[in-house]
Amino acid sequence: MQKRKKKFYAKRGAWLFILPILTLHVATILVPATVGLYFSLTDWSGFGSASFIGLENYRALLTDAEFLQSLRNNLKWLAFFAIVPFSIALTTAFLLSQVKRGGYAYRIAYFVPYVLPSVVIGSLWKFILNPDSGITAILSNFGVPGLDKALLGQPSTALLTIAFVDNWHYWGFLATILLVALQSVSPDLYEAARIDGANLRQQFKYVTIPGIRPTLVFMLMMTCIWSFLVFEYVWVMSQGGPAGSTEVMATYLYKAAFREFSAGLAAAAGLTMTLSAAMVIGAFLVLRKRGWEI
Amino acid sequence: MNTRKFFLALPRHFFLTILVILAIGPLFVLVFNSLKSRTNLGEDPVGFPDRLIFGNYSSAVEQSDFLNSMTNSLILAGLTVGPVLILGGLAAYSLSRIQPRGTGAVMAYMLGVSTLPLWLYIVPLFYYWKTLGLINSFLGLVILYTAFNSPFAIFLLRSFLLKVPREVEEAAVIDGASRIQIITRVILPLTWTGFLTVGLLVAVAVWGEFQVALIFISDPEKFPVTTAFFAFQQQFGNDWTLTSAIAVLTILPVLALFLSFQRKFTEGLTQGSIKA
Repeated sequence: MQKRKKKFYAKRGAWLFILPILTLHVATILVPATVGLYFSLTDWSGFGSASFIGLENYRALLTDAEFLQSLRNNLKWLAFFAIVPFSIALTTAFLLSQVKRGGYAYRIAYFVPYVLPSVVIGSLWKFILNPDSGITAILSNFGVPGLDKALLGQPSTALLTIAFVDNWHYWGFLATILLVALQSVSPDLYEAARIDGANLRQQFKYVTIPGIRPTLVFMLMMTCIWSFLVFEYVWVMSQGGPAGSTEVMATYLYKAAFREFSAGLAAAAGLTMTLSAAMVIGAFLVLRKRGWEI
Repeated sequence: MNTRKFFLALPRHFFLTILVILAIGPLFVLVFNSLKSRTNLGEDPVGFPDRLIFGNYSSAVEQSDFLNSMTNSLILAGLTVGPVLILGGLAAYSLSRIQPRGTGAVMAYMLGVSTLPLWLYIVPLFYYWKTLGLINSFLGLVILYTAFNSPFAIFLLRSFLLKVPREVEEAAVIDGASRIQIITRVILPLTWTGFLTVGLLVAVAVWGEFQVALIFISDPEKFPVTTAFFAFQQQFGNDWTLTSAIAVLTILPVLALFLSFQRKFTEGLTQGSIKA
């Protein structure tokens, strides 16, 4: 008996179970990622031969007004997503945590947009925001200010509009995550705060926020990282226009790689995006080391 | 006291209800519009149709060859869910129940490499796939989707597998069960909900996937629903009745699965993002 048990736990065969998926993953992701580092140092067009040009692609990117514009747009996107979805999700999660009955129905409704395909959401909102026939046209007739113009058609509002739509699909997911964290905060802490005379706002500040801080910080970090990688909503709704006002690094990369056949330049843009995302992680680590409670 | 409580809760429910309308109102508008005539839509882009025009669906499907795209997406989802569950499940089994030396390293790899953005390796990957003849190929896309979804699947499946007590497995060993028997007769019956969750999430993710399909599939015959919808919308975008019909068909399977398995989706997606 013991022998059989021992044989069962012998670990020789264990790698046979791991290797197929690990090999697949290394071959499809790690290998191209590594090759990409070299690509970014060449003038390769995607066809024929490539020659090594050092950091030339990076110099070209950082002196290209279009790329710098897209980088700025990613930063604006980050600022929007660090504030708007978190404000809505945190408020909603806090209110939901106090709903005794029916809270689940609210949660399901808020989560629905998160599971829908982005391409459909983007088009749906493009229709809603159409200044001639969309719902904004009706609202504008009722006197809601600012909706009589093509929100996606003018450079000053286009990026903000797309961010609004992406957030429409994102905030409910965030609220669900924050609600789960909120519900794990011990009710005793709220009870104690109430006994000490804390009102709702004080309870939120001194019990809720510290209780969910790890989740909050993690999601903030992930949201900031995703802000550098956004593609689908922009591509579906504006493809970077009008006049480059919604160009982000990913759409820039897509155009460089698959329309202008500057494979080397696109690879350099990809690495720049990755480094931007890595800088977010770096910033969080530095702040934590400095003693910030994050 | 109870009435007072009720009135105190009103502003809260008012706020939460406004958000419900914001979240699912546009979907009702979409369904209404898919059933309107063009004139009806022009006069009223929000409300309930004057007369239900189901013909929008058939003409939209005909003009876009959408049944073909739905079949393509179904094939892609099925072909991805299989390998993710089998290969990912085997790896998760080994990484949780056997834990050979190097388990920590594999988990760290999966965590680290799964955070690498697509944009870092998309360019070399594209030309690599082109060399292998995997552009415009379901096989090529399925391999990619399997790779993209496997880290999250392994993390989630592993957390389910870790919950199975060791004694259960040991009892089966003593009864003389082989490894395969133990996996199929002991482990799977105890963890099938985990596999169901991962299968659902992967199927829905593949069905709605857009950017990779956009890059790797250019043959309209092979378009999945997302790029087919995108192409249709760019061609017929001014006829919003037809576009709405196609949009409804695209989201319907996803919505049906979500509403049937709400808890699995919310728990799987929120856990997956925190853990992976």
